[in-house]
Amino acid sequence: MMGYLIALVIWIGGWWLNTKLSHSPASDTRSVSLIIPIIFGVTIVLMWEVLVRMLGVSAVILPAPSDIAVQFANSIPLLWADLRQTIIKGALTGYIIGMAAAFGVAIIADRSEFLTKGILPVGAFMAALPIVGTAPIFVKWLGSDWQSKAAVVSVMVFFPILVNTVAGLKDSTAIQRDLMRTYGAGYWSTLFKLRIMVAMPFIFNGLKIATTLALIGAIVAEFFGSPTLGMGFRISTSVGRLAMDMVWAEIIVAAVVGTAFYGGMAFIEKRVTFWHPSQR
Amino acid sequence: MAKGGNILPVVTVVAAILVIWCLAVIPMNAHLTADQAQRDGMTITPESAADRQDYLGLTLALKNPAIIPLTFVHNRPRLPSPHQVADEMFRTVFGENITSRRSLIYHGWVTLSATLLGFVIGTTLGILLAIGIVHNRTMDKSVMPWAIVSQTIPILALAPMIIVILGSIGIQGLLPKSVISAYLSFFPVVVGMVKGLRSPGAMQLDLLRTYHASDPQGLWKLRLPASIPYLFASLKIGISAALVGAIVGELPTGAKAGFGARMLVGDQYGQPLVTWAALFAAAITAAGLLAILSLLERRTLRHMGMVAS
Repeated sequence: MMGYLIALVIWIGGWWLNTKLSHSPASDTRSVSLIIPIIFGVTIVLMWEVLVRMLGVSAVILPAPSDIAVQFANSIPLLWADLRQTIIKGALTGYIIGMAAAFGVAIIADRSEFLTKGILPVGAFMAALPIVGTAPIFVKWLGSDWQSKAAVVSVMVFFPILVNTVAGLKDSTAIQRDLMRTYGAGYWSTLFKLRIMVAMPFIFNGLKIATTLALIGAIVAEFFGSPTLGMGFRISTSVGRLAMDMVWAEIIVAAVVGTAFYGGMAFIEKRVTFWHPSQR
Repeated sequence: MAKGGNILPVVTVVAAILVIWCLAVIPMNAHLTADQAQRDGMTITPESAADRQDYLGLTLALKNPAIIPLTFVHNRPRLPSPHQVADEMFRTVFGENITSRRSLIYHGWVTLSATLLGFVIGTTLGILLAIGIVHNRTMDKSVMPWAIVSQTIPILALAPMIIVILGSIGIQGLLPKSVISAYLSFFPVVVGMVKGLRSPGAMQLDLLRTYHASDPQGLWKLRLPASIPYLFASLKIGISAALVGAIVGELPTGAKAGFGARMLVGDQYGQPLVTWAALFAAAITAAGLLAILSLLERRTLRHMGMVAS
């Protein structure tokens, strides 16, 4: 009973503070817009801690945030090794391969109106399918190490990047292309100096969607077989021995990496497409 | 999607993919087929299986042209040929009783029911939260950033834990998978619906104010109708995510039923055809769900006069 009461007080306190802040005149400034969600997050974590502690919730069901933090701090070398295996070897390699393949196919497809018309709907369709299901097949073909993860990831990221790139390459206007022609520009210089630049907002849209897909692919593919290392491996084996604090520690890593990966892409996008109205 | 002149290019691309697939079957299965053919009494050029390992699949097939047709009908191929997958699907969809564990329809329904239940729950909660966010500034400022960040996090990784936790408090079967589907479809709907509910311009909102419309009236008569195109866009993302969630949710449960379980069973018992059939059945299910949503979208938008029919 006491636990619920304290949790309720924490909730009311956090909400009251946020209501004050979000209705204050400074609510649209950068710092306040950042503080409010952080206060909300802290409120939730505090309530979680209090409820788990006071109600004696079993660590098998939900460990307290402090327990997760302790586990996280104690297993940093392990988490780092898992991260290298899954994210750097699996997800990042696959992401780069998939991206390169998508750009290549997009540029080839772009040369023919016919191919573009065929590839756009097929690619959009494929992008919506549960491609992560190909994981057992790739594990069988390429073994359980990171190569199979990279393969799953590259197929998963291929279609959204392809569709966006092909659509982006079509986005330059006739006037712009005519201007290039009056400059005497050939196919390649028009492609590099005009059309790829115009396509950048589209390409980055695809690249940003693909960041999350890459992590999902690399982690889920490890559920189908992996060396005794990797985030997906750690999650599935920790779940098996009911070490939920370890699972949460891996999920924190996944969340931080996912946000950083996306944020990194968004940062590059800002640099590259500074001219686009959405960035100004 | 099919607008008159687009059918031919699409068919061409699909046909090209099938041709590449068929060609890939030969080198992929060459070693397996050569071993099998030798056991059946055929002479294969490098005689020992160990020597054959040094050859690429393609070289091996070209050295022994007789095995090429056999690569397409191997029982446990590395890469099944399209007709084998189609055969397996046809057999397990139409050839088995629907209630049999060998029927793909049975497994499909297990996955589909969890997907749909989770999708409905997730979508409903998502719409409600979006309405709250649009009407309450505190909620907007506190929750919205988290909803956006959630899109960049592989929250699917939570799936095995949810299955086990719910299992340990006695909840099994449909519901744990639906929980995964629900939270996966929840966040895209929240983000899309907030955008949609905010899409009416200042002019339209001002007009309602001059009519002295209340907040609920503004919601029902302006914001919700304006958000329908955004809703459908998020629903399409949500349903795909929900299906993936249900499939992944079937992996750690000891593989009892559903597409995910079939993929795992085929993988573990060396029956690639089972895995491939389940994979394609899942893809067809996803395509079917998307097609239904697209149809609903087109009819609704036309009914509302948002697209010229």
